[in-house]
Amino acid sequence: MSARDAWITGIGLVTSLGEGAEAHWAALSAGTAPRVDEAAFAPFPVHPAPALDLDRQIPKKGDQRQMEPWQRAGTYAAGLALDSAGARGLVSDMHMIVAAGGGERDIALDEAVAAEIARLPPEQAGPVLNERLQTGLRPTLFLAQLSNLLAGNISIVHGVTGSSRTFMGEESAAADAVRIACARLAEGRGEVFLVGGAFLGARWDILLLYGAGGGLLRGPFAPVSARTGMVLGCVNAFLVIEAAEHARARGAAPLARIAAVATDASRRAAPGAIRASLEGLWQGMAAAAPAGPLAVISGASGAAPATAEERGFLSALAPAALRTPASLWGHGMEAAFPANIALGALALSKRALFAPCDPADSGSGAPAAVLVTGVGHWRGEALALLLPAEEER
Amino acid sequence: MSRPRVAVTGIGIVSPLGFGVAANWAALTAGKSGIRRISRFPVDHLRTTIAGCVDLPEDRPGAPLSSAERVERMAVLAAEEALAAAGLGAPGAFPGPLFLGMPPVETEWPQRLELARAANGGASYREITLAALSRPDIHDRFCFGGIGERLAARFGTRGAPISLTTACATGASAIQLGVEAIQRGEARAALAIGADGSVQPEAVIRFSLLSALSTRNDAPEKAARPFEKSRDGFVMSEGAAALVLEDEGAARARGAEVLGFVLGCGERADSFHRTRSNPDGSAIIGAMRNAIADAGLTPADIDYVNAHGTGTPENDKMEALGMRAVFGERPPPISSNKSMIGHTLSAAGAIEAAFSLLTLRHQLLPPTINHEEPDPTIPLDVVPNVARPARVRHVLSNSFGFGGQNVCLVLGEAA
Repeated sequence: MSARDAWITGIGLVTSLGEGAEAHWAALSAGTAPRVDEAAFAPFPVHPAPALDLDRQIPKKGDQRQMEPWQRAGTYAAGLALDSAGARGLVSDMHMIVAAGGGERDIALDEAVAAEIARLPPEQAGPVLNERLQTGLRPTLFLAQLSNLLAGNISIVHGVTGSSRTFMGEESAAADAVRIACARLAEGRGEVFLVGGAFLGARWDILLLYGAGGGLLRGPFAPVSARTGMVLGCVNAFLVIEAAEHARARGAAPLARIAAVATDASRRAAPGAIRASLEGLWQGMAAAAPAGPLAVISGASGAAPATAEERGFLSALAPAALRTPASLWGHGMEAAFPANIALGALALSKRALFAPCDPADSGSGAPAAVLVTGVGHWRGEALALLLPAEEER
Repeated sequence: MSRPRVAVTGIGIVSPLGFGVAANWAALTAGKSGIRRISRFPVDHLRTTIAGCVDLPEDRPGAPLSSAERVERMAVLAAEEALAAAGLGAPGAFPGPLFLGMPPVETEWPQRLELARAANGGASYREITLAALSRPDIHDRFCFGGIGERLAARFGTRGAPISLTTACATGASAIQLGVEAIQRGEARAALAIGADGSVQPEAVIRFSLLSALSTRNDAPEKAARPFEKSRDGFVMSEGAAALVLEDEGAARARGAEVLGFVLGCGERADSFHRTRSNPDGSAIIGAMRNAIADAGLTPADIDYVNAHGTGTPENDKMEALGMRAVFGERPPPISSNKSMIGHTLSAAGAIEAAFSLLTLRHQLLPPTINHEEPDPTIPLDVVPNVARPARVRHVLSNSFGFGGQNVCLVLGEAA
């Protein structure tokens, strides 16, 4: 047991399935069905956001008003993580790395302005655009939509002020956030970190970005193993990652230990590149895996060719069990990797595995270790190896 | 644990003052303003019609590049200059990771309007999204990881490129992440870039609606007035800077010329307000002190401060308060590059770190221009209007961001 081991001591989860680690564990263990909305954003099925009682985590109405739904959901999930870790008293020196996507747009304004000026000659369209935006944009909307203001709001609402960094870059952003938090923890640059991401896919501005080029599933919902294309979810996940000696000194119970986390970005220039990248990452951490059953929490999203290549990597790895949460709560983009780490940590702490999420999921029983895969829909590969926090070494 | 010193062996700069280190330093120390009336797009109905603008060869009349493209183009130019200076690694095979500080990018009005026309005038998001199904270029251009991916491919950096934002501290955060990676031994070199290209209509309007921008439209070159009594806001600008960071031992071993050092990094977040610092200044004071301590120095060792100095009434007052708190009754000279280049936002921390290194190399403090009437509440030596020779061993470079993200760097001379 090393004093600088990276323990997960808190989890905050908000998805279409609800909120909180325990509620998610219960739902996933009971084999819950996905919540899917096929109509609101047809032809794109999405997993809707849950109703949240915002007052529970964002007590000031003024703060709530200064955020759009994406910032609120992330700030809410971050608060759940702090509560779960019993870490409210640690926030002034807590370091934060947030994986953020794009902020929301004013959809109605965008559509009205586009309808008015799309057919105008450019020399007329420009001035009208200026006038409509100058009068139509709410002054506070900018900040309510800005990517780094999720972290800003977590500082304001929850008081996390040790440091604040926001990574951008879809799935990779979160994997590198976890990797760098663990590296800083190991070298003693900080005792406790708040790391995570937020993602609301049921928004037209997001669907435009990820639908461009045809990356999203169209038509009826299908789970990851039966689809080509992503179904976007509502996934918000934060982890409190803490030095073992720091957690032990304050009597905090760990859920799991992050034994290794590694990332890479293949150029994906040829078939097999994603699989080779994952195999390279695994080779760097396989020695840390114990002999017992390995469960994989997969970050597969349905995106092609990322999902097929990840499955190729996994078929050679032949884990004892496989779970694919994106079949249940959709692809979580910047929140996918921390959310899947959260599920892996819960499985280790409860010495059990939740029910299959996808028809192709397999295996059951308590894992000795969990491997979390992160496969960016476009770029980025990542693996995290989780072990029980207090195992014999 | 002793950490290796992190040397800078390559610098590249693009700003409204010009392309390249030499052109920028000459203009900056001559006190030249890069602020002018915006000509790239119509400014009818805008409250602010001035900015620092970098004209790129790819900008066509009536069809300027998107912000995402501007960020990428300027990042490439800055990185090429820095890499050429460093002479590290084979072309297209940089032996270390990429840290890219950049603004959030998104699909912009030209693309939305183009898609609406492709949808026969259908302007709803459903219609334009369906019209974009055959447009992977829109995804690849505007997803957050896209620019970093293309830079990583072009320069052959190692591992996953990391793109990041800490608002107006972004460029300094990118440098900090590179320094940390080298100090941890993850790499012996890193490429740190800060770039921004947000001068486009909607971004100008959004900052304008926050009442953050100067409206001194009739005298653009006089509009950026950090620390001056009649200052009325910052001036949006754009640009990029790149630093090649290297483990000092590795740099010396290969006989590279060391241009300076990043000796310390400090950060501290503020929980007070989305756009304002806590009136007690605790976060910015903490960031400054953390950087000086991280460098193993004391405040008395700092010879000059490269200010955040935006020219908003609030920032400059808070920065002055922070200066007095950290340095006491006799603070070192402080000047704001933004008086000449404007606020380059996500690039500012990197561009100003680059100028800080040039300050050390040339032993010359760049001025704060437009200093006509001192603000009696800001009792600082702001190097008014004219560059000044000085003995400079250590520079503190401040970056304070919206959302309470504050990062300070300590730069040291090559000797």
